Amino acid sequence: MLLPRALLLLLVTALAGKAHAQEPVDEGIQIGLSTDRVSITADFAGANLTIFGALESVDPLISRQGRYDVVVVLEGPPRTVVVRKKTRVLGMWINTQSVVFRDVPASYSVAMTRQPQDITTSANYRRLALRTENVHLQPLDPEENASTLAEFTAALRARKEARGLYVEYAGGVQFLSRTLFRATLRLAPNVPVGTHRARAFLFRNGVFVEETSAALTIRKAGLEQRIFEYAHEESFLYGLAAVFVAIVTGWLGRLVFRKE
Amino acid sequence: MGIYLPIAEMSVNMVVLLAMGGAVGFLSGMFGVGGGFLVTPLLIFYNIPPAIAVATGANQVIASSFSGALAHFKRGTLDMKLGGVLLTGGVVGSSIGIYVFAYLRSLGQLDLIVSLLYVAFLGAVGGLMLVESVRAIRRAKGGQAATLRRPGQHNWIHRLPLKMRFRASKIFVSVIPVLGLGAIIGFLASIMGVGGGFIMVPALIYLLKVPTNVVIGTSLFQIIFVAAFTTVVHSTANQTVDVVLAFLLMVGGVAGAQYGARVGQKLRGEQLRALLAVLVLAVALRLAFDLFVRPASLYSLATGAV
Repeated sequence: MLLPRALLLLLVTALAGKAHAQEPVDEGIQIGLSTDRVSITADFAGANLTIFGALESVDPLISRQGRYDVVVVLEGPPRTVVVRKKTRVLGMWINTQSVVFRDVPASYSVAMTRQPQDITTSANYRRLALRTENVHLQPLDPEENASTLAEFTAALRARKEARGLYVEYAGGVQFLSRTLFRATLRLAPNVPVGTHRARAFLFRNGVFVEETSAALTIRKAGLEQRIFEYAHEESFLYGLAAVFVAIVTGWLGRLVFRKE
Repeated sequence: MGIYLPIAEMSVNMVVLLAMGGAVGFLSGMFGVGGGFLVTPLLIFYNIPPAIAVATGANQVIASSFSGALAHFKRGTLDMKLGGVLLTGGVVGSSIGIYVFAYLRSLGQLDLIVSLLYVAFLGAVGGLMLVESVRAIRRAKGGQAATLRRPGQHNWIHRLPLKMRFRASKIFVSVIPVLGLGAIIGFLASIMGVGGGFIMVPALIYLLKVPTNVVIGTSLFQIIFVAAFTTVVHSTANQTVDVVLAFLLMVGGVAGAQYGARVGQKLRGEQLRALLAVLVLAVALRLAFDLFVRPASLYSLATGAV
């Protein structure tokens, strides 16, 4: 009597082991950028950035059901931001209150395979600090009053969204085949320069599986970049050059128009 | 046609800026003023951050002043010595102005103070000019000859010590009011991005009794240097001079000024002044309007060091 029971136990263990092996835990996600640097030229009016990616070891069944979802985020360089609020003083609208935030992503754009609520729960988004509403915003002064902080955090997010710097596109990620996908992110005309980080999140049946990231440098091209660097690094000489340009322009203007 | 401004970090329409420079140049040629007081508000209306509008305005002023001063230099209607003393005061005033500018910027009150200063100065100058020119037009209609205001013999300024002789201007005055006037203009140049001709010219005529023919040249001469100094210091301390933006305004401005001068010669003096007064008042009103009307968003963001 003892033997069959042991056998049964063994069998159950084996089955359990087999079931465990079948669970597709080893899916992966990879992304590649079409370029690792984007240059802003004199006529820059925004651009589309395409990110290609692939899923690894997909479960064909889940894939057929379309239950794999990808969320791609392009996060701009962290910056210190002062949020100021105007109130009415003597009939004039004057900045009276301010809160300083540190390490605020200068931009944050999200592309998703479908509507965000169809991918996973808002609790999951919050946990992953994913989507514009969950961008981590922390004040420089940790002792900041809670209600003020809530108001200014919301204002910061709203201003960033209004400027097109914090954006979301449902449908911005499309599957080209069972494993290959393409994410299209829009770079606003006022996209901040610096190192941006692209991250891709893979969800299976609403469960977060894996994350991967890549860096992208956005810089001003040629002359614009040189002017910007020169202005910040050699600011005294830059000032002299600006004066020189003005004097030459004034002088040439005189020469050109006097001859007419 | 879009162009990217490297310092303002934004894309703007090149044609709009050239036209803006041209319009200001046209007016400055027509009225014989530098036009800095129009450039900065116009840039602010065009959503250029005020800090950049002010510093770039100072840069643009150099071009128009240099162009104008060259003509006066050739005609000899320029008092180098008087300009030099004014300039010494101007450098001091401008240096103080830059500190105040950086301090106000860190407080987040720069935009407000720039607007208030513009409303106050443009409102006062525009108002006075309008009253004066309307009176002159009435007198002209009444058939009386417009009498030039005869400078009084002496006022309190002539009792101050440290007198100095300025040969080209044929005056003998204390250097204190000259340095003081220079300092005020320098201060305004760095905070408002103006040349200050609209204050300098009446002050030289009415306070220091400088002959009218050397006033404009001397004023332009000293503005070149104060604006140049302001540009260099703004660039060094605040990195707010956008040379691409300034260049577009200069090109438009230098071209516009030539046509403005031709039109200006055909109009009568008091009509010209009345027109300029209305224009100055309109800019002041527009700036005041923005101060008193509830903004679209109560919140604003500023990036960078605290």
